Amino acid sequence: MALLKDEVQNEVKERFKKLSGSVRLVNFTQKIECHHCEDTRRLIEEIASFSPKISSEVYDFVIDKEKAQQYKIDKIPAVVVEGGKDYGIRFFGIPGGYEFNSLVSSIIDVSRGTADLSPESKDKIGKINKPLHIQVFVTLTCPYCPGAVQMAHKLALESEYIISDMVESAEFPHLTNKYGVMGVPKVIINEKFGFEGALPESSFIDAIMKASR
Amino acid sequence: MELDFVLSREEKGPAGKTELIYDLAIIGGGPAGMTAAVYAARKRIKTLLISNDLGGQVLWTTEVENYMGYQYIEGTQLMNKFKEQVRQFPIDQEIGEEIEKLDKEEKFFSLLTRTGKKFRAKTVIIASGKRSRPLNVPGEKRLIGRGVSYCSICDAPFFEGKEVAVIGGGNSAFEAALDLVKIASGIYLIDIASSWKADPILVEQIEKEKKKVTFFPAHRIKEIEGKDKLEGITIENLSRKETKHLPVQGVFIEIGLIPNSEFVRSLVKLNQIGEIIIDCSNQTNIPGLFAAGDVSSVPEKQIIIAAGEGAKATLTAHQYLIRLK
Repeated sequence: MALLKDEVQNEVKERFKKLSGSVRLVNFTQKIECHHCEDTRRLIEEIASFSPKISSEVYDFVIDKEKAQQYKIDKIPAVVVEGGKDYGIRFFGIPGGYEFNSLVSSIIDVSRGTADLSPESKDKIGKINKPLHIQVFVTLTCPYCPGAVQMAHKLALESEYIISDMVESAEFPHLTNKYGVMGVPKVIINEKFGFEGALPESSFIDAIMKASR
Repeated sequence: MELDFVLSREEKGPAGKTELIYDLAIIGGGPAGMTAAVYAARKRIKTLLISNDLGGQVLWTTEVENYMGYQYIEGTQLMNKFKEQVRQFPIDQEIGEEIEKLDKEEKFFSLLTRTGKKFRAKTVIIASGKRSRPLNVPGEKRLIGRGVSYCSICDAPFFEGKEVAVIGGGNSAFEAALDLVKIASGIYLIDIASSWKADPILVEQIEKEKKKVTFFPAHRIKEIEGKDKLEGITIENLSRKETKHLPVQGVFIEIGLIPNSEFVRSLVKLNQIGEIIIDCSNQTNIPGLFAAGDVSSVPEKQIIIAAGEGAKATLTAHQYLIRLK
């Protein structure tokens, strides 16, 4: 049985009609599938069937160790959304609930190969010249969270130095403990600096720039 | 829990250039703003809709049972239906934008967004709604995201098996308590009033959970404690002035709302609680400037009232535009 309801399927298909460049969804799971690993894989395969522009690849986190290393995947379930190249856009944990929006929007952005950020924002991001790792912690019931995830993913798309992860809090309690996440969205930059809440574009980018110095 | 996949409606980008002068700018995309936009489009008024999001406060409402036409609908679903209706019309939209400043120049209103975008319009409807009211007690601001929360549906999963406090006595506090009762090990429900303002139907539901819920009416929060993480709160009994420490790990603040009217504070008359004062045709004291919904002084804040007010504001703005010509 399909994971997505008919009405959601139809709407997604409609939006994917506009896709230009091809998109590859790279999924990491394992043989005995973890909590939500199976659903994530099924979701990715289902979405790939909606458009000829989208393909899916499924790897075993343990067996395909080299692939996991190549994409720097350290936990599963994981999904990489890539286009002509790997932009650094990742989803850890299932992109369900409100985060389904983030997945769909990242596919559309990657297909276009560019994000709809303001010229000033792109200018600022262009100045980043050191690796930057953004982790956005979410819960699937948080309506504010996709705003933060989509913003971080757009930055990853625009800068070759930025890697952006959505991290589903319930799936990775050791990480929520490590970073003291008790409210979402919570954004962690380079494993140390962080802020709470979904910020508008300019403030989000200012926070990132501050952390990248 | 059944896994759900939520897909929000797509938002349309603006087609206009910044030099374009709109007949009407609507600030806010909740029920009032979206209804105003639909009415404007049907009157063929050149309209710009500027909002942080489409849906406003209703997006954080789980269940709606008093919007006519629907016996029961989820807040997001209802707002998706509103968005769908807005999408039928060629309305320019700036979503994800907040207004920093609104001014009246000689003939036009000028709007400046936080990201520096500028727009001009002949008339403006402010429908920017309300947001969560903070307690303003020591420790609160510092511990946001570290145990202090204003969004129970977002953050409840972090408090599994933990003791939490819910502050407030209205519907939103009781709804938060109902969300948390399935997750937390114990809930303290604390309010400054001596009786609950929430609808009896919600109070009855919570009273069934007596084993888990402890009630503290007529108490105020003195302090929220903890260094990097919430460690507890101190409450005080209003009549006897006795204090009590509660070792909670989460505090959900649900004490109502404040109007989003800061950006027009120096332009338009506000009432004591910061709402934009309007007459029964949604007119403010500034000609051409209207307000609708929760940000305005209209008595009673309800989805259905906000929607009606949005419609009325556009019809009044339309009359004003006709006279302007």
